[in-house]
Amino acid sequence: MKDSTTISKQKLLIETEGINAAKKTESLVGNLKYAIIGAFFGIVFVKAEIISWFRIQEMFRFQAFHMYGVIGTAVVVAAISVFLIKRFNIKTIDGETVQFAEKPMHKGVIIGGLMFGCGWALTGACPGPLYAQIGAGFPVVFVTLLSAIAGAWVYGYFQDKLPH
Amino acid sequence: MEFLQQPWSWYVAGTLIGLTVPALLLLGNKQFGISSTLRHICTAVLPSNKPYFNYDWKKEIWSLFFAGGVILGGVIATTALADPNPIQIAPQTQADLTALGVQNFDNLMPSDIFNFESLFTLKGFIFIVLGGFLVGFGTRYAGGCTSGHSITGLSNFQLPSLIATICFMAGGFLVTWLVLPFLLNL
Repeated sequence: MKDSTTISKQKLLIETEGINAAKKTESLVGNLKYAIIGAFFGIVFVKAEIISWFRIQEMFRFQAFHMYGVIGTAVVVAAISVFLIKRFNIKTIDGETVQFAEKPMHKGVIIGGLMFGCGWALTGACPGPLYAQIGAGFPVVFVTLLSAIAGAWVYGYFQDKLPH
Repeated sequence: MEFLQQPWSWYVAGTLIGLTVPALLLLGNKQFGISSTLRHICTAVLPSNKPYFNYDWKKEIWSLFFAGGVILGGVIATTALADPNPIQIAPQTQADLTALGVQNFDNLMPSDIFNFESLFTLKGFIFIVLGGFLVGFGTRYAGGCTSGHSITGLSNFQLPSLIATICFMAGGFLVTWLVLPFLLNL
């Protein structure tokens, strides 16, 4: 019994990250639209100074409202959008029903969350801003990104030995 | 053009970031989340027989296009839309960081820490390399980052995402208040 729960939990951890729920396979050119959204997103990150190590410090020191305002507004706007999509069963442009993934609860949410928080205060960046910082002319952040990729790899390699 | 060059307010930025969630959902049934790109890069570049890397990364290639777009956005924002003025941070933050030894406040990043020379000092190694490792390992262990948990997860009322967000903040407070005073004086 214990074995089967362990296996299904492991399976859950791996499969709920299937973030691409589209049934339709997209061409390479079709994927360019995500690059365009990414570019808009990167511009917002830099222009609102979310990629700034100093702004992250303001946030963690409770000395400015800026970052709390950005994240809070983003959550409210996203929540209203998600509500409207569910309420009116709005379909994707290809006519598919929008899928929402459940986030599984496990010990890693807490331990990994604390670890990421520490890294966030050190680097002044979450993964999105890492990419934007590189584009914004801080080439040394490429080393930070490589290290983050190494961190992801080490997690994947030792996943079955870590508490979940 | 000038209003695009000056720093954007929190409500404009927050609204645009929030709209990324429905944009990705409606354009291609995609859940907004960035830290998963770290996993896809591992799977694509360093294949392994571990179950975590055993999936079709090509199906997730959209998120690598998205990440490439974010880099490009960083270039556009600092060239065509560049702000000629130095960043203005809260006076108290500047005073506190100055007291801890930070000297350069001209750019978005403190250039006295984030440069290639400091990479080979203990201080630079901790901020750049150890910090990056914690971001990668921590977000994958937690199953998401600020985008996947704090924005996508919270907007869909996921309790694990609320717990994750509280832990992100707790880790940040811990390092900012207890560890940075020591690290910045290394």
